[in-house]
Amino acid sequence: MAKVTLPIEVARSHCHGERGHDVSGSDIREIVKKLELQFPGLRERLNQGLAVAIDGEIFQDWLLQEVETDSEVYFLPAIEGG
Amino acid sequence: MAKHHVEAIINGDPAEFLCGTEQTLLDCLRDELSLTGSKEGCSSGDCGACSVMLDGRLVCACLVLGVEVNGKKVETIEGVAKEDDLHPLQKHFLQEAALQCGICTPGFIIAAKALLKENLHPTETEIRYWLAGNLCRCTGYDKIITAVQKAAAEMRGES
Amino acid sequence: MGNEKDHLEAIEGKEKFRFIGTSPIRPDGVDKVTGRANFGADFTANGMIHGRVVRSPHAHAKIKSINIEKALKMKGVKAIVTGQDFPKIDPSDKVVGEVVVSFYDMSQNVIARDKVFYDGHAVAAVAATSIKIAEEAATLIEVEYEVLPAVMTVIDAMKKNAPVLHKGMKTEGMDPVPKRSSNVASRAELKLGNAAEAFKDADVIVERDYTAQTVHQGYIEPHACVAEVSADGMATIWSSSQGQFMVRAFVAKLCAMNASKIKVIPSEIGGGFGGKTKVYLEPLALLLSRQSGRPVKMVMTREEVLRATGPTSGGHARAKIGAKKDGTLVAAELEMEYEAGAFAGSPVKLGCMTGFAPYNLKHVSCIGWDVVVNRPQAAAYRAPGAPVAAFAVESAMDELADTLGIDPLELRIKNAAVEGTQAPYGVKFPKIGCLETLRQAKATEHYNMPLGPNQGRGVASGFWFNIGGQSSASVMVNPDGTVIVATGSPDIGGSRASMALMAAEVLGIDYDNIKPLVADTESVPFSDLTGGSRVTFATGKAVVEAAEDAVNDMKRRAAKIWDVDIDQVEWKDGIATCIETDIHKPMTIAEIAAMAGKTGGAISGKANINAKGAGAAFATHICDVEVDPETGYVQVLRYTAVQDVGTAIHPAYVEGQMQGGAVQGIGWALNEEYVYSKDGQLQNTGFLDYRVPVASDMPMIDTVIVEVPNPGHPYGVRGVGEVPIVPPLGAVANAVSHAIGIRMADLPMSPPKILATIDAAD
Repeated sequence: MAKVTLPIEVARSHCHGERGHDVSGSDIREIVKKLELQFPGLRERLNQGLAVAIDGEIFQDWLLQEVETDSEVYFLPAIEGG
Repeated sequence: MAKHHVEAIINGDPAEFLCGTEQTLLDCLRDELSLTGSKEGCSSGDCGACSVMLDGRLVCACLVLGVEVNGKKVETIEGVAKEDDLHPLQKHFLQEAALQCGICTPGFIIAAKALLKENLHPTETEIRYWLAGNLCRCTGYDKIITAVQKAAAEMRGES
Repeated sequence: MGNEKDHLEAIEGKEKFRFIGTSPIRPDGVDKVTGRANFGADFTANGMIHGRVVRSPHAHAKIKSINIEKALKMKGVKAIVTGQDFPKIDPSDKVVGEVVVSFYDMSQNVIARDKVFYDGHAVAAVAATSIKIAEEAATLIEVEYEVLPAVMTVIDAMKKNAPVLHKGMKTEGMDPVPKRSSNVASRAELKLGNAAEAFKDADVIVERDYTAQTVHQGYIEPHACVAEVSADGMATIWSSSQGQFMVRAFVAKLCAMNASKIKVIPSEIGGGFGGKTKVYLEPLALLLSRQSGRPVKMVMTREEVLRATGPTSGGHARAKIGAKKDGTLVAAELEMEYEAGAFAGSPVKLGCMTGFAPYNLKHVSCIGWDVVVNRPQAAAYRAPGAPVAAFAVESAMDELADTLGIDPLELRIKNAAVEGTQAPYGVKFPKIGCLETLRQAKATEHYNMPLGPNQGRGVASGFWFNIGGQSSASVMVNPDGTVIVATGSPDIGGSRASMALMAAEVLGIDYDNIKPLVADTESVPFSDLTGGSRVTFATGKAVVEAAEDAVNDMKRRAAKIWDVDIDQVEWKDGIATCIETDIHKPMTIAEIAAMAGKTGGAISGKANINAKGAGAAFATHICDVEVDPETGYVQVLRYTAVQDVGTAIHPAYVEGQMQGGAVQGIGWALNEEYVYSKDGQLQNTGFLDYRVPVASDMPMIDTVIVEVPNPGHPYGVRGVGEVPIVPPLGAVANAVSHAIGIRMADLPMSPPKILATIDAAD
C-alpha cells in the first residue's frame, strides 16, 4: 500500500485531522478515488492547487502517474515560479 | 497646435520630421522616424535605455525635446554598426554574453561608446561610474563591464 | 526516443559533448545589439490608436460613480471602457493548473468594479488618436470615490478591528473556519516530527523576528501591448510577456472569448523575473479595440509599473533554531506573515516550504499567513516566497554559528540536506548538490581572505524547487539541411542559445545551422509560460525529444534510399551511415533533406511533453562588505555565488543568471523598498528613488558553477534562473551584522537605518 500524506489544512478540513493514509492503487487517480470514498469532497480539494510528489518527484498536474506498492505520496502546495 | 518642422542629421543622414512641442527626442525617434532601437524605460532620465549622442554629447533622449535637435547631429544605436560591421562594443557584448533580455543594451552601447571616445584606458571603477546612469536588471553588470574592457583593449589595438 | 542512459553516460565524460558546455553567441544577439529587436512597445499597426489608463489616487475606496460623458465628447477619443464593460466573473471561477488563479480577483485587478484596492488601481481606460488626446481624455473621466481607511501593513491588517478589504474573506486553513471576515486569506502549516518537543533537547536556541519590505521586480521594459479585434471578432495581440499562451488564456477568460479567436504574438521581452506572468493591459486594449474597431496600443509609464504591477510581498518572519553544542540541528520553527497585496495569494506557502530545505532536520514547524493589504497584488518574483524565508533562516543559522563558535559554512556542511533527506514539505530529495555548493564555497579563495576594519563577511544558502511543466517543440529540417527549432517559450535571458545547443547536440550539426524561434499561439502547441526556471530544463527536454524524432525521420529516409532496415542506419555528427555494408555512401543531413521530396515529403520532428524530473537547485553565496560608520553606507566589496546547475548548457548565460539574481538580491537587501504615505499613496514611483543597484554600486560577481547532473534530464540540466536570488538577503545581512557587530534583522539595510542601529547601540 502506498503511504499517502496530506497537508495539515486539508487533513483538518476533510479527514478529521488525519494526515497519513495507507492506500492501495496503481496510479494517483485510483488512490484519490479511494480516498474520496472515505472522505467525500477530498478529491475536489486536492484538485485546488495541490501538486503531488511520488517518491520525491513532484508533479504539478497529476492524474495517471504510476504509484508503486511502497511509494511515498505527498500532496503539497503547487509551485509557481518567477 | 501646429507641429514644428525639424531638420537634423541622424546617424549621418539628413532627416526631417514634424514634432509637437511636448514631444521628446525619444518620442520623435521612435514614433516619427521609426528608430525604435532607443528604448523608454522610465522617461525621467534615470534608466539610460534611451541614451543617444547629441552633437557628440551623451544624453537621455527622453530629457531632450524634439525641437531642440533642429540643426544638430544625433547618433542612435541604429548608427553604431557600419553596414555589416559590428562595432567592437557590439561584438564584445555578444561574445561576453553581456545582455540577457537586451532592453538596456542599446543604451549601454551608446553610453560605453561615449566613454571610450573620451577615455580609451578606463579603469573598472571609471567604467562603473560612467555607466551608473544605465540600469540593467538582468546581468548584475559584471559581463557588461568585461565587454567594455575588452572592446577598449581591441580599440587600443591590443587584441 | 529515450536514450537517456546514453545521455547520462555522456554527462559523466563531458568531453563527449560537442556543443553543450560551450558559450556561442546567441542567435538573437545581433538584433539586440543593433536596436533591431522588437520589444513590447516597438510594434505598430496600421490605423493604430493609443490607450491610457485612469488610475485610482486612493489606496482604498468605494467607486460611487464614473462619468465618461465629457471624455467621450472629446475629438479623437474612440473608445472608453470601465469595469462595467467586462463580463462578470463568478467568485468561484478559478483555474487549477500550475497554481490556483482566481479569475474573479484577476478581473478586478485588471479593472476595478465597485471598489479600488490600491493606489494606481485601474478604474477606466480610454483610447484616442494620439497619446496626448488619450492622456487629456483620461483627466476628463470623473470618478467619484468614497474614501475608506487604508490598510498598509500585515500588522495593521491582522488587527482585530482592521478595516476589511474583502467582505466574506474567511481565513482558509483554520480549524474551525472563522465566522468573521478578515484580511487573512489563509493559514498554511507544514510539520515534520515534533518541533516543540525536540527543542527541549537543544543546548542552544536562537530566535528572532525579521522584517522585509515590498520590492519590485524592476524589469527595465514597462508592460506594453497592441491589440486588434477585426470586424469578425478575431483578435490579435502583440505583447511582451513571459507566456503567449498565458496571455491568451487569461484574456479569453476575462473577455469571455474563445481561445481560438485570440492569436497572441510574443514580442521580445525586456525582463520579467516573474512580473510578466500575468496580464494588466491586454484585456483593456482588447476591449478598447473591439469598441473602436482600431488597433490599440498601450504602454505603461514607469510610475504605472511601480504603482500597479507585481511587486513581491514584504512581511515578517520569526525564525527559531535549536542545536546541540556540536552544531547538530535538533529543531526549527518558522512563522511568517506575507503581504498578498490587494488580493489573496502571496507566496508565503512557498516560503514555508523552502526556508529550511537546505538542512537535514527531523523536527520542523512552519506556519505561513497570507494577508491582504492595500498594495498592488503581488506577482511572482524569482523564486517567489523563498528569499524572505531564507533571509530569516540564514540569519538565524549565522547567529547560531556565532553563538556556538562554529564556522558558519562548517555549521551548514554539518547539517546539509543530501540525497534522501526529507524536506520540510515531506518529500525526500533525490540527487542534489547542496553539500557540494557549501564545500566549494568553503574552498574559494574569497572565503579564506582576511578582512579589514569595518568589514564583515556573510554566507547564506538557498533552495528552489524548479519546475517542469508543459512544453512543445518542433524541429523542422529545411531543404538545405539547416534546421528551425520552434518552441512556445519566450526567451528572457538567452534560452534560444540553449535550445539551439541542445538541438545541435542531438542532430550533430553546427550550432550556426540551427535557427531557434519563439512561435506565436497558432504556430506551436500549448506551452506553459517562461518561469519556474523551467525553460532550459523542460522546453530543452522537448527540443531534445523533437530533435531525436527528426533524427529518426532522417534515419527512416536514409533506410528507404538504401533499401535497408532502419536499424541498419546509424546517426552521428549529422551523417547517416549504413552499418551493415559500406556500399552505401554515408549521407549528410543536407543530402537527406535534399531528397525529402522523393522519400515522403518534408522532414520534421515534434514533441509535446509535460516534463517530469525537474531537479532541485541549491546555492551558497559569500558576501564581503565594508560599512562606513559615519554615514551607514554599505559597500559590497566582494561577492561569490556558488550554485549547483546540474549541467551548464551555455555556461556564460548560466553565470549571467547567477550574477543577475545575486545583484537583485543585494538591491533587495540594501536599498529597495516601497515607501507609502500614511494614506497609502506610493511615494517612490520612479527609478530615482526606487533605487535598484547601478554599476558603481557593485563589484564583479564571482561565480562557481557546480555540476551535479539532474538524472531527470537527458543532459542533466537543472533550472538555474531563480535560486540565485534566494541567498543574497541573508548573505548581505550576515556580512553587515559582522561588520558593525550588531544583528541586522530589518530590510533594507539602507544608510539611515544602519546609522540609527549603530547610534542606538552606542
